[in-house]
This record gives sequence, structure tokens and C-alpha cells, in this order.
Amino acid sequence: MKIHKYDTVIVGAGGAGMRAAIEATKRSRTAVLTKLYPTRSHTGAAQGGMAAALANVEEDNWEWHTFDTVKGGDYLVDQDAAEILAKEAIDAVLDLEKMGLPFNRTPNGTIDQRRFGGHSRNHGEAPVRRSCYAADRTGHMILQTLYQNCVKEGVEFFNEFYVLDQLITEVDGVKMSAGVVAYELATGEIHVFQAKSVIYASGGTGKFFKVTSNAHTLTGDGQAACYRRGLPLEDMEFFQFHPTGIWRMGILLTEGARGEGGILRNKDGERFMEKYAPVMKDLASRDVVSRSIYTEIREGRGCGPEGDHVYLDLTHLPPEQLDAKLPDITEFARTYLGIEPYTDPIPIQPTAHYAMGGIPTNVEGEVLLDNTTVVPGLYAAGEVACVSVHGANRLGTNSLLDINVFGKRSGIAAAEYAVKSDYVDLPEDPASLVVDQVERLRNSTGSERVAEIRRELQETMDANVMVFRTEQTIKTAVEKIAELRERYRNVSIQDKGKRFNTDLLEAIELGNLLDLAEVMAVSALARKESRGGHYREDYPNRDDVNFMRHTMAYREVGDDGSETVRLDYKPVVQTRYQPMERKY
Amino acid sequence: MATPVMDKAEAEAAASPYITVTFRIRRFNPELSEHAVWEDFPIEIDPKERVLDGLHKIKWDLDGTLTFRRSCAHGICGSDAMRINGKNRLACKTLIKDINPEKPITVEAIKGLTVLKDLVVDMEPFFQAYRDVMPFLVTKGNEPTRERLQSAEARERFDDTTKCILCAACTTSCPVFWNDGQYFGPAAIVNAHRFIFDSRDEAGEQRLEILNDKDGVWRCRTTFNCTDACPRGIEVTKAIQEVKRALITRRF
Ligand SMILES: Cc1cc2nc3c(=O)[nH]c(=O)nc-3n(C[C@H](O)[C@H](O)[C@H](O)COP(=O)(O)OP(=O)(O)OC[C@H]3O[C@@H](n4cnc5c(N)ncnc54)[C@H](O)[C@@H]3O)c2cc1C
Ligand code: SF4
Ligand code: FES
Repeated sequence: MKIHKYDTVIVGAGGAGMRAAIEATKRSRTAVLTKLYPTRSHTGAAQGGMAAALANVEEDNWEWHTFDTVKGGDYLVDQDAAEILAKEAIDAVLDLEKMGLPFNRTPNGTIDQRRFGGHSRNHGEAPVRRSCYAADRTGHMILQTLYQNCVKEGVEFFNEFYVLDQLITEVDGVKMSAGVVAYELATGEIHVFQAKSVIYASGGTGKFFKVTSNAHTLTGDGQAACYRRGLPLEDMEFFQFHPTGIWRMGILLTEGARGEGGILRNKDGERFMEKYAPVMKDLASRDVVSRSIYTEIREGRGCGPEGDHVYLDLTHLPPEQLDAKLPDITEFARTYLGIEPYTDPIPIQPTAHYAMGGIPTNVEGEVLLDNTTVVPGLYAAGEVACVSVHGANRLGTNSLLDINVFGKRSGIAAAEYAVKSDYVDLPEDPASLVVDQVERLRNSTGSERVAEIRRELQETMDANVMVFRTEQTIKTAVEKIAELRERYRNVSIQDKGKRFNTDLLEAIELGNLLDLAEVMAVSALARKESRGGHYREDYPNRDDVNFMRHTMAYREVGDDGSETVRLDYKPVVQTRYQPMERKY
Repeated sequence: MATPVMDKAEAEAAASPYITVTFRIRRFNPELSEHAVWEDFPIEIDPKERVLDGLHKIKWDLDGTLTFRRSCAHGICGSDAMRINGKNRLACKTLIKDINPEKPITVEAIKGLTVLKDLVVDMEPFFQAYRDVMPFLVTKGNEPTRERLQSAEARERFDDTTKCILCAACTTSCPVFWNDGQYFGPAAIVNAHRFIFDSRDEAGEQRLEILNDKDGVWRCRTTFNCTDACPRGIEVTKAIQEVKRALITRRF
């Protein structure tokens, strides 16, 4: 075991982690621990754009953006945070441009903007061009630009280090962050990083679904590490299903395709979104479009022999426009489906895309221990966190924005805290939990296999807690997850070695997914209403009287060692917008 | 649009898709042996699946010790460049049907970087070469309050080289790099190109000096392996040629 000491430790090198690192490195001695090489992070997969009311191509302002964010999140958004997001968006985009990001340009040389779902002029009047973009690889360009600037600033990375535990020490009755424990992939060695502040920026958790736009590595490690140490997880029942994933594979085809004029059609060729969202049509918010697609499929208007998908039609768009604005996604269709999007529509279905919930934080990125108390020295930003700016449903282009705005804020806040604070003592035997976990898996002779449990988990999640949920389906998922968690205790791996033992890490990642799937299902069961991404067929309406509140889920360990999820609730911050019915 | 009928892809999917394919994989685990060996794995797979899906089937159902890097599974993160049937490709962007599944499919680590285990190589020298070319925007003078202006044409000038995902497929297909690990390699030059031809950048001269080095662009023998290997379709050789020309004319 090795012990390292840094002022600030950042867990993750995606957009949020690197944006934080650029600030923290300037202010404090900083280490970035990342299980992937920074440029492999899934921020690089983001396509469509990043929202900011620059008003470069038409009238716009940040107040409209705030409203759209609140409405898009079905009023579960904390409005003070949404206001910061929309206001600071403008500088966040300009910062990136100054760092070198090659945005697409208007004829007069400013940053070009395009339409995106749910973003509107003057509180819902008509779609507005607010998304700043670089072709359909905006996330790639953000990730590259931030990495380039990390190289420039000399940020210190520990690549292929998996953070597996959060260390908390109680000082005078106050729970404080003491550091993290990481596993080095190349050697199998365990490292303790003592740090005055820790920022989680470890991304999403989409891999508990089968059809998903998320990378294999998005297994919610940060959420799980904090949850296991008694910290709450907020609004985990809210997961976004993006309308246009490649049929059966889940690979994302950006909403920008519809922003450029693409149309969704059922088997009769009908533009069905006109029925469900007369104003915004194909650009209504994602939860609305995903439900509309499944309604078409359920009512027998799906395409293909099994009627299990619909079409994204780009054939009416000029090939030059597709080449210039959507080169990557048209290539995905060619590569993975053998389809030519110039002439043929693309089969799509909703795909599990984005975790609105996560580690609760305030607007400085400080992690909450309960509804009001912060954990000194602990921060979170990006998809792992829940500020909450996305509420029950995130608008497209607001996450690339979130990682930049709150990545920067948490980087500054964590470093400033670190330089004025002392180290907190490490708990006794700090690596013990990770050592035990690793040894148990390496020595286990159990009969269960990681791949099989993961497959069953993904199947039950897709079948029971996706776009449509009912008491019955969620209960089925809860029971299945409990069974899988039981079987997981008996899991064994084949690779017993130290070097690059990805067999071992997949097993650990599966443990994280199982914990988080349980939290999600239990939170969803208790929310007897429909709001944003959480749709209950047995409670199809939003219920502001009982559920205008954030879910806070805690892990409880009984005297007999049994684990349960305890739910509590936290009020929503409302400032200027009163909840209204959401129409697009 | 007319009423969609069952299209080609769907008709194919309706029939039973599975075929038997042999994956012939170059295995190496220094914890067990200092020698690498070829190992065959026959698997059932739909030919429309990716080579990465095949590797997962092997790892998840047959042999958990098989080791490779991967993340996004759709050609965007650059984790899984490997030599498949003798050519550098991304396993997640190569469909079984496109590489003659009748014969065993050979899979081995990319060449020229030290193999650490199975398909995993040491990427450090590769990233070091990248860092050496100053891969970041350098500007002088005061920052503007708004964005720097750039015409659409000026933006287009370096569009191609902004697509790079640092997968190393190009560099590890280059015979010069195989013979002499000191050569910067195509990927580093691509990333220098991305800044040299960016109208906003003011360090073109410095980067050109770096690439004028004995291990720089002049090593390139224009074999086009890199361009063939690039999964992002970047015209790598052309980018290198443009850097060479800029070195001669000092115009960019
Ligand atoms: C296909 C796709 C397209 C998208 N398009 C858009 C879009 O157009 N606009 C938009 O606003 N949003 C978009 N999103 C959402 C957005 O891209 C993501 O939410 C955002 O990029 C997440 O960034 P992040 O920094 O939080 O996490 P990530 O980029 O996922 O980074 C996570 C980091 O954490 C590290 N990590 C994870 N676990 C550990 C561990 N245990 N130890 C150490 N390190 C760890 C990883 O190595 C990685 O570096 C898209 C998402 C997807 C999947
Ligand atoms: S130029 Fe192409 S092959 Fe080379 S590293 Fe970049 S993406 Fe990979
Ligand atoms: S797994 Fe990301 S490029 Fe292949």
C-alpha cells in the first residue's frame, strides 16, 4: 500500500473533472485520478452541443434559458442553481473558445448556434437557436480542448487508477472527507490518497440498462463509494431515456439531427410528434418524445417485422448539410446498420442516456450529508452530482454546460478550501475495505458469474424501470435486484493476477451497479406520480402536493448486517417560476 | 416518405443470424510466462456484430483473463485500437462480416509499443510524443471580452485534424515508428497540424521547429499506412505533407 498526500484530489477526468482540474491546479497541489485515460472519457461521445444564450444568431437571454431548464425539469429543478447555470453559460462557452475549442462559425465569424429540444424563445413561444456546437462532435472537442489545457497547465494525472472508496473521518462530531482509496490497474497495487479536498467527477451510471448510449465504463463508481459510506443519493429514480438510439444497440443519434430538420416517423410514414407536441413537435423535451415513440410502438404503429422501433428520417435534408453538420452520426448509421441516411430512414428506439440524480451538492459543489449539512472537503460535479439543475428531466445541451459551469465552480471552491485547511487524519487502516473487497473476489470459489448477473440486471432494468413504470413492474425489479445482490455474494472471477486485472474490476463495477439499481428502483417505487423522466402508468399525473420534493436515499445497515434503502425528502428551491402544466 | 416496408437490414435480422467464427488471439501475460502464444476461441456470433462484441463474448463467457481496453464501443474514445487480420483498426468499429469470418480472425496488440498484457500496450510514449508538440492554443496579447472571431473558411482549414481521438492506430502502423521509437509519429504531427493551421494560434513557428527535429516530420516516408489505419478518416499523410510544406515555405 502506498500513501500519497495532495491538497486536492479529483476523481475522474471527463469534462467535469478536467474543468475542475484546470482551476484547482492553478490554486493548489492537485492530483487527478481516473480509471480511463482522460481522452477516453465519455464526454467525448457527446454530439449535439452546449447551451448558452449568446444571442449570436437570434434574440435570446439567460432568463429564457433558466425558464426552459426549470420547465424541462418538470419543476423539480432547484431554481437558484438553474439561474447560475444559465447565467454562467455564456462565460463557460467563451472560456472554451479562448482555450481553443473550434466551434462552428456564423458568416460573420462568431460562434454559430442551432436549435435543440426544449430550448425556446420567450417562455415557450418557438424554438430558439441556443446550442453552440462543433459539428456533431461537440463533446469530443470539449474533451480534447480541456485535455490540451491540462497539458498546458501541467495537471498531474494518475491514469488507470480506480477509486473504490471514500474516506471519512469524524472530527469533533463533524464528518469530514479525509481522502480516497484507489486501485492501480497496471499493478494491482492499492493507493491511499490523503487530501484536504476531494472532488467526484466520475460520471454516470447508465450501464445498469441494456440499451444505453453510455460507455461500458459508466458504472456509477463515485455514487456507490459515497453511498456505501452513508452519504445520500438524490433523485436517483430520474433517468433520461433519449428518444433516438440506434435500434437495439443504443448508440446515440443526436437530437441535433432533429434540430437540423430530421423527422420521426412511424410505420405509416406519419410525422407522429405533431399529435403529441403541436408546437415543438420533434423537438419537444426528451421524456415527451420517448413516451410518444413507445406509445406508437405499443399501439401497433412501430416499424419492422416486430414493430419495435420507429424511423428517424433525414432523407429530405441535403447531403451537403448532413456532411457538414452531422458527419459522425450518419457514419454510425452506415457502419453499424449498413444504412445510407441520404436515402433511407434510420431505425431508432429510446436509449438509456443520462442520470439526473446523483450525489447531492449545493451550488459550490459541496456534497450534502443530509438536507442541509455539508461534508467539509467533499465536492462533486458533472453527471455524478445532483445540484439539481436538471430536476426530473435534463434538457439537451445542458449537461455539457453543467460539467463546465459546476466543474469550474467546484474546482475553485475545493482548492480554496484546501489551501486554508489542514489535513484530516486518515481513519485507522484506511485501505481495509478495498483490500477486503479485492481479496474476497480474488479468492472466491463461488459459482456465480459476473457477466450473467450483469445481463440479468440489465434485462430487468430495461423491462421494468425504463420509459413506462408501474407499481407492479418496479416491484418485479426490486425483487430481481435483491436476488441478484444475494447471488453477487457468491460471484467469482477467473483472473487471479495482479496486472491489468479487468476481470476483477468488472466484478467490482457490477457491485456498484447493483447497489445503485436498488436505490433507483426503491426511489421510483415510492414516487407515486409522473414527472419528467419518471413516468408511472398507475399515477400518470404530476402530484405537486405530495411530490414536489427531491428524494434522498440513504443506505441503512441493520444490527444483523442487513442492508436497506431508507428514503427521505428534501424541498425544492423555487424562486420565480410557479409550477405550470408542461406543454410543448 | 412512402410507407416503410421491411427493409434490407430487417429482413436479414429476421433470419437466424448466428455463425461460428474463430478468434485467434495473441495472448501474453508476464505473470505466467515471458512468451506470447496464439490461442483460438471458436464462438457463435452474428456477423453484423463488432469484433469488440466477439472479444466480450470470450471474456464474459469463456475466459475472464482475456485483457483489452475499451469504453465507448462506437469508435469515439480511442481505447481499442488493435491489429485485426494484420491491420490496425478499432475493434468496436470493425464488423465481423467485413473481415472474412470464414477464416480465423487474428487479433493482436498494436505494434511498436511495449505489450503489457494480451492486447494492452504501454501508451505512455505515445502520449509523450503528443505532449511534446505543444498541443494547445497559444495566443499573445490581451484576451478579447467576447469570442475570437474566425471565418468559416479558416475554421474549415484544420477541421480534418480536429477529429483525432488519439487511438494510436496510425502511429503503430508506421514502419518508421516500428524501427525507431524516437520518431514523433503521425498522431503527434496530426495534433500539431491542428494548431499550426488554426488562424487563432500564434505558436506555429515553435511547433514547426519542434517538428523540424531529426525525429520530426522528415522521417515520414509517405507510405500511407497511417491514412489507411485512421478510424476517423483523417487524411493523415496529407496533414504530414502540409506540415512539411509549411516548414519549407514558412507559410501556414
Ligand atoms: C452519447 C452521448 C451524447 C451526449 N450528448 C450531449 C450533448 O450533445 N450535449 C450535452 O449537454 N450533453 C450530452 N450528453 C451528456 C454529457 O455528455 C455527459 O453527461 C457528460 O459529458 C458527463 O461528463 P462527466 O465529466 O460528468 O463524466 P465523464 O465524461 O463520463 O467522465 C467520467 C470520468 O470519471 C472517471 N471515473 C469513473 N469511475 C472512476 C473511478 N472509480 N475511479 C477513477 N475515475 C473514475 C472516468 O475515467 C472518466 O474520466 C451526451 C451523453 C452521451 C452518452
Ligand atoms: S490520426 Fe487517426 S489513427 Fe491517428 S491517433 Fe488520431 S484518430 Fe487515431
Ligand atoms: S471502445 Fe471506444 S473507440 Fe472503441
